[in-house]
Amino acid sequence: MARVLLFGRLSDVAGWRERDIDSASLGALRDLLAGEDEGLAQALAAPGVQVALDQAIVRGDATLSARSEVAFLPPMSGG
Amino acid sequence: MIILTGQAFDPGALLSEFCQDRTETGAIATFTGLARAEQGDTTTLELEAYPGFTEAAIGKIADEALRRFDLHDFHVVHRVGKITPGEAIVFVATAASHRRAAFEACDFLMDYLKSRAPFWKKETGPAGARWIEPRAQDHADIARWETPKP
Repeated sequence: MARVLLFGRLSDVAGWRERDIDSASLGALRDLLAGEDEGLAQALAAPGVQVALDQAIVRGDATLSARSEVAFLPPMSGG
Repeated sequence: MIILTGQAFDPGALLSEFCQDRTETGAIATFTGLARAEQGDTTTLELEAYPGFTEAAIGKIADEALRRFDLHDFHVVHRVGKITPGEAIVFVATAASHRRAAFEACDFLMDYLKSRAPFWKKETGPAGARWIEPRAQDHADIARWETPKP
């Protein structure tokens, strides 16, 4: 059960900010989210969207554990 | 020290506190950023951070500033949550032996904070809400620091 966080416009698109989702990998999590919400699937695939696993940016797939925290980060705006 | 806060803060009080108990610091520079009303186009600014991740990212740049400008100390306070025009959004203070390093470090930290720091910013006004991304000028400002100085 990974904790999934959405930031910025992504949470507006999805209508949620934080959820616990059962998934074994980042790839599987993306597929699961894309399968349930076409708008979110497009927003996650937009240029510049990064993924942080346990607060570190990751590229490609990664294994998730029960206590993983996955954050989807749209382009950062600065303060 | 890096602090993200949902509460309004007093930049003058932060400066007074930052100046205390220093006998070797000859220069302190500060910058305070305020939320603009944009002639009524913006009624509320909302800043979202990723707690932990955002402080760590700012911390990395602040460590670079400490080394690069031989700073004695720094203080960054950044608002998160809803902010109304006229309120302070950001306060940066830098302490160094001499003024040039303090000014430049403050400028460097602000250019980073305005362009690359992990914040997501939404402006709300009479025309609705929109997410903001850095302006071309913000990117140009941070690029100034990327070429090593001769």
